[in-house]
Amino acid sequence: MAQVVLKLGKDISTDDIYPGRFMATVLPTETPQFCFNDRAEFNARLKAGSIPPGSVVVADENFGCGSSREQAASAMKGHELVVVARSIARIFLQNAINVGTRLVLCPAIEAAEGDELELAAGEVRNQTTGKAFPTVALPPARQAIIDAGGLIPYTRKKLMEA
Amino acid sequence: MGMTVVEKILARAAGLRSVKAGDIVEPKVDLAMSHENTALVINQFNEIFQGTGREARPWDPSRLAIIFDHRVPAEGPKTATNQKLIREWVAAQGVKKFHDIRGDRGGICHQILPQYGYVRPGAVVVGADSHTCSHGALGAFAFGVGATELASVWALGVALNIEVPATIKVVVDGEFQKHVGPKDLILNLIGKLSAQGANFRVLEFHGKAIRKMSTSGRLTICNMSVEAGATCGIVPGDEETVRFLKEEAGVRGRIECVLPDDDAVYEKVVKIDASRLEPQVACPHMVDNVKAIGKVAGRAIQQVVIGSCTNGRLDDLATAARIMKGKKVAEGTRMLVFPASTRIFAEAMDAGYIQTLMKAGAVVMNSGCGPCLGIHQGALGDGETALATTNRNFKGRMGNPKSEVFLCSPAVAAASALTGVITDPRKGGK
Repeated sequence: MAQVVLKLGKDISTDDIYPGRFMATVLPTETPQFCFNDRAEFNARLKAGSIPPGSVVVADENFGCGSSREQAASAMKGHELVVVARSIARIFLQNAINVGTRLVLCPAIEAAEGDELELAAGEVRNQTTGKAFPTVALPPARQAIIDAGGLIPYTRKKLMEA
Repeated sequence: MGMTVVEKILARAAGLRSVKAGDIVEPKVDLAMSHENTALVINQFNEIFQGTGREARPWDPSRLAIIFDHRVPAEGPKTATNQKLIREWVAAQGVKKFHDIRGDRGGICHQILPQYGYVRPGAVVVGADSHTCSHGALGAFAFGVGATELASVWALGVALNIEVPATIKVVVDGEFQKHVGPKDLILNLIGKLSAQGANFRVLEFHGKAIRKMSTSGRLTICNMSVEAGATCGIVPGDEETVRFLKEEAGVRGRIECVLPDDDAVYEKVVKIDASRLEPQVACPHMVDNVKAIGKVAGRAIQQVVIGSCTNGRLDDLATAARIMKGKKVAEGTRMLVFPASTRIFAEAMDAGYIQTLMKAGAVVMNSGCGPCLGIHQGALGDGETALATTNRNFKGRMGNPKSEVFLCSPAVAAASALTGVITDPRKGGK
């Protein structure tokens, strides 16, 4: 079970997830402090450690649009936030998979902040409302990278085979 | 079955006879581009080699392009130190396509790549920047990735697990009205498709208006293709592409263009009549919130920005100078101009555009990305509104979540700078 800690609308950009003015900070060990920086209350809860790992950010369509800054994905990964979105923009989706941020594509998801979700195989069950929503598979080209534990180990393996 | 331009490029780069949308391929990469985020790419690159007993060296340093543009000159010690580390790495690895902070060969990465002939038709270009899709203007398959994915390309020389994208054909016929051009076209298209309408897809541009368009204009439309979610915008190479590469980028030898097959399979076709387009404005806080200028004219603005990889080229500055010659930026409005490269800056000085804009009251800044994404100069105050020729207007984009940004063409920006309100350049200001 995972709680929805943030409910977002559509077209949430990477400027929202990780504002450009913190882009000089690049290391995955340092980016989590600026995760959703301009959503001050949420950012404060993250930094205070009051959001447990595995908590869910629910978003409408086109989550992560805009800049390719990987900080957006690594900042969320740093807090072990899980994205459950109706759709996800290509570059963010790939970055998230590459660095190990957990994603669930759930085109009809309905959930409010505070709802408890069960992220099951093939569907998301909202335990609070009692409704279930089917998930769709991530692009097949990317599943192999998830299975390898991210793009770094996947590339390392390819490198050693070459 | 016929292939689109991108399918042909990917088939060739992957050593296959043919591919179709949905296939998974591993294309060889012709150019791998990054900017200040190279600091992170190096970090991820070194991690790939950890425990392998191999030395961390890129597959082919001659295929790396590294350009400092996001925060130039450095705005603080963190950036300066990152730039120093990158500089040292570049020297150690022998990367020659390196553009440091210099007044003679600097600029924004998406201007530097075409300007120096680093991109050819048919090439596969991978860049750690979302606007890498710009280079489709030269008939290349160019797409943005994150730092780790670029590090993977550095290690292997191929892009791993690329799903061949489906293609949307965009046919633009007719002639633009005066004061209407490529920026209005792409804003209009993004409005039609929505910010995710082309997610995981390619926009392939055709039609008489595209054939007549300069490479500068094509860079503008391909640059903003990502704002509809597209992996890449692409204009199949033609006479103009060859002219640009030979005359402006100094490329020698044979240039081969990749064209789509007549029976290529498109997901859909979108038709636009350029002659019916009016100046377009993207309203806060989404790039697909596009309106014809009449709907937003009169809106007060405190800052006008002309520049960026989208609209900071010589023709953009020429347009602004023509409109502003002998006139003044309105009181209460400030105007920032940042040319896309130092070469363009110098050419604009030779042509007198810079002098004209400065006399009108514009502040001309050095070439770089800074103001567009609010990371280096040009930030907005609380409650302020900007009108910019840049590519994004997300909340907080220009450095302040309590401000807002409208996007437009250089003609609209210049006409509006004179009045202090959003102004239709066809009607002119006071």
